[in-house]
Amino acid sequence: MSNIGSYDERVKNFDWKIAEQELDYKPGNIINIGWYCSDRICQLGKAEKLGLIWEGQAGVEKRYTYNDIRLASNTIGQFLRDLGIKPEDRVCLFMDKIPELYLGFLGVLKTGAIAQPLFSAFGDESLFIRLENAQTRAIITQKKHAPKVRKIIEKMPWLEYMIIVDQDPAKPLQQREVALNLEELPKVEKFDIHPTYAESPSVLHYTSGTTGQPKGVKHVHYSLISQYLSSKWVLDIQDDDIYWCTADPGWVTGTSYGIIGAFSTGATQCVLDSGFSAENWYRFIEKHRISMWYSAPTAIRSLMKAGDEVIKKFDLSSLRHLASVGEPLNSEAVIWSEKVFGKPFLDTYWQTETGSIMISNYPGMKIKPGSMGKPFPGITATVIDAETFQPFGETGKIGLIAIKPGWPSMMRMYWNNEETYKNKFKNGWYLPGDRSSIDNEGYFWFVGRDDDVINTGGHLVSPFEVESALLEHPAVAESAVVAKPDFVNMEVVKAFVTLKPGFIASKDLDLEIMNFVRKKLSPLAMPQEIEFIDTLPKTRSGKIMRRILHAKEWGEEIGDTSTLEND
Amino acid sequence: MEDMKEIVKTYVINEYVEDDSEVTFDTPLISGGIVDSFSMVSLKRFLENKYKISIPDDKATPEAFDSVNKICTLVNEYLK
Repeated sequence: MSNIGSYDERVKNFDWKIAEQELDYKPGNIINIGWYCSDRICQLGKAEKLGLIWEGQAGVEKRYTYNDIRLASNTIGQFLRDLGIKPEDRVCLFMDKIPELYLGFLGVLKTGAIAQPLFSAFGDESLFIRLENAQTRAIITQKKHAPKVRKIIEKMPWLEYMIIVDQDPAKPLQQREVALNLEELPKVEKFDIHPTYAESPSVLHYTSGTTGQPKGVKHVHYSLISQYLSSKWVLDIQDDDIYWCTADPGWVTGTSYGIIGAFSTGATQCVLDSGFSAENWYRFIEKHRISMWYSAPTAIRSLMKAGDEVIKKFDLSSLRHLASVGEPLNSEAVIWSEKVFGKPFLDTYWQTETGSIMISNYPGMKIKPGSMGKPFPGITATVIDAETFQPFGETGKIGLIAIKPGWPSMMRMYWNNEETYKNKFKNGWYLPGDRSSIDNEGYFWFVGRDDDVINTGGHLVSPFEVESALLEHPAVAESAVVAKPDFVNMEVVKAFVTLKPGFIASKDLDLEIMNFVRKKLSPLAMPQEIEFIDTLPKTRSGKIMRRILHAKEWGEEIGDTSTLEND
Repeated sequence: MEDMKEIVKTYVINEYVEDDSEVTFDTPLISGGIVDSFSMVSLKRFLENKYKISIPDDKATPEAFDSVNKICTLVNEYLK
C-alpha cells in the first residue's frame, strides 16, 4: 500500500496540518531542519538505524546510523560556532557528494546559519559570483577544490574562513584556512541547536535566469513541511526502504530530497560518489538492494543508451518505486523503464524556487507516459494565457504554468534582488517560467521554457553567463548562446562566435574556447559545439536575435524577421 | 603508444585536475569523478584534433574513456 493511498481523496481532504501533525509541529513552535533530520529520528527510537550508506571511489564505503548523523552534525555545528559563525551567516558547502556534505548541511542548519550549497564542478568565476552575491562568511570544501577558492580569495574580504575537511596535516594551511577533520574531533553529544522558527532562513540555492547574474533562492525552515510530505506521498518513502537519490546536493533536488526528505522521513539512504557508468549504477542498486530510486531523465536516457544487455547481469528485483526529476521525462523513457525494470519512472515537476514537488505522477494513479502528472495535493496549479495572465477556460491550450503562492517550501525571496522576485508573480500567480497544456483529465503536458534558459541534464544554464564568459576570451568579438537538442541531456549549450581581427577559426581554437568556459564557469556551461560565423543576426537596434539561432538549431520556423538588421 | 599515454595523461592533469592528485595510466577518470560526462566532450575533441581522427559518439562511452590506457586503446583503433 502506498503512503498516498488515493490521490483524489488526498486532494479532497488536504491540509498541510497532515504533515505538521506527523512531524509533531505546531505553528509557533521551534522548527529546525537539522534537528528534524537527526535528533528527532533518534528520539523516535531509530538512533541505531542506518541513515546513510556512502560509497566513494573504488568501492570505499562508510555507514552512519542516525545517532552518528546526530553526533556528526552536532560536531560540525559546534566547530562552526566556535569559529564565530552566527545565525543567518551564509556558509557555503562546496564539496563532492562526500559524507561531510550531508552532515555539514545539517550542522550548518543547527547553528541557525544559512546553508549555501554550490556544485563542486563550478569554476572560479561561477563560484565568485555566487559567494559575492551572498557575502558568504565561510566555505567548507575539500583540498581538491581549495585551489579554485584560493584563486579568488583575495577578491573576497568578506569570506573569513575556508574550512578544509580532508586537509593533509603535513601541509601548511594558508591565511584564512582551517582544517576540519571530522574523524579526529571529539564527538559533541549535546549541542545547543539554534531555535529557528518557520520563517527563519535555511538554504540559499543559486539558479540561473536568461539575463543578469544567478539568483540566490532563499528558503526557510518551514519548507520541511512540504519536503517531508512529498517525500512520503510522491517518492513513497517507507520505513524499510533503501532510498537512492542520485542528485548532487549542489542543486536543489540533492538537498530537498537527497538530504531533507530522506532524513526527515527516517529512511536509509545510499549515496554513490563516483562518476556515471551504467554498470556501476546497476551494481550499486544490486549491492545495496535499493528499493526507491529518484533519478533524472539524463541518467535514464544514458542507461537506455547503454542497452538492455547490461541489465541482465544484475539482480535489480529490489526496485519497488522509481521517480524522475530535472527536465521532462519523455514517454520512451517511461515505457523503457517499465519494460526493463517492470516499473515506470514517475515524472515529477518542480524547480529551485518551489523547493518541493509541484506537479507529479503518484503511486497508484494512472500514468500517461510523457505527462508531468497532476498537482500535488494542496497545490493549485493551472495554465494561463501569456498575455492576459488569466487561466484558460478550456483544456488543451498551451500557456504558462501558474501556481497559487503559499505552499510551505516556496522561496521567500531572491537574495538582494527584490525586483526579479516580484516579476515572478502575475495576477496572483507564481510563474515558474515553463509552458504546458492540461488535458481533459487534468494531466499537465510540458511544452518548454518560456525564456532562453538552457536546461542541460536537468540543470539550468544562463545564456547570458556563457556569453559573458566567452567575451572574456581574447579571440572572441561577439557571441550568442542557445540550446541545441541532445538525446541524453535534452539540451546542450551551443555558441555562435565571431572572432576579433587576427584570429582564425580552427579546431584548436574551438577546443581552447570550450575549455576556457569550462574552467571559468562549469562543465555544464561549456559549449558542446562552437560555430564560428562572420556576423550574428541582430535587430536594427543592435540586439542579438538568439531566437533565429535557436530556431535554426531546432529546425523550427524562424518567424518574423522584420526587425533583422541584415534584411 | 607510450608517447601517446604521456601526452594524454599530461593533458588530463593540466585540464581536469585541480590539485596535486596523482594520475596514472590506470587511474579511473570517469568513474573516479576526475572527468565528468560534459567534460568528456572536450577530451574527445582534444583526441580528435591531436590525432586527426574521428571517434564516433557511440564509441565515446564512459567505459572507453575511463583511464588513459583505455583512451589510448580507443584512439589506436582509429589511427589504423
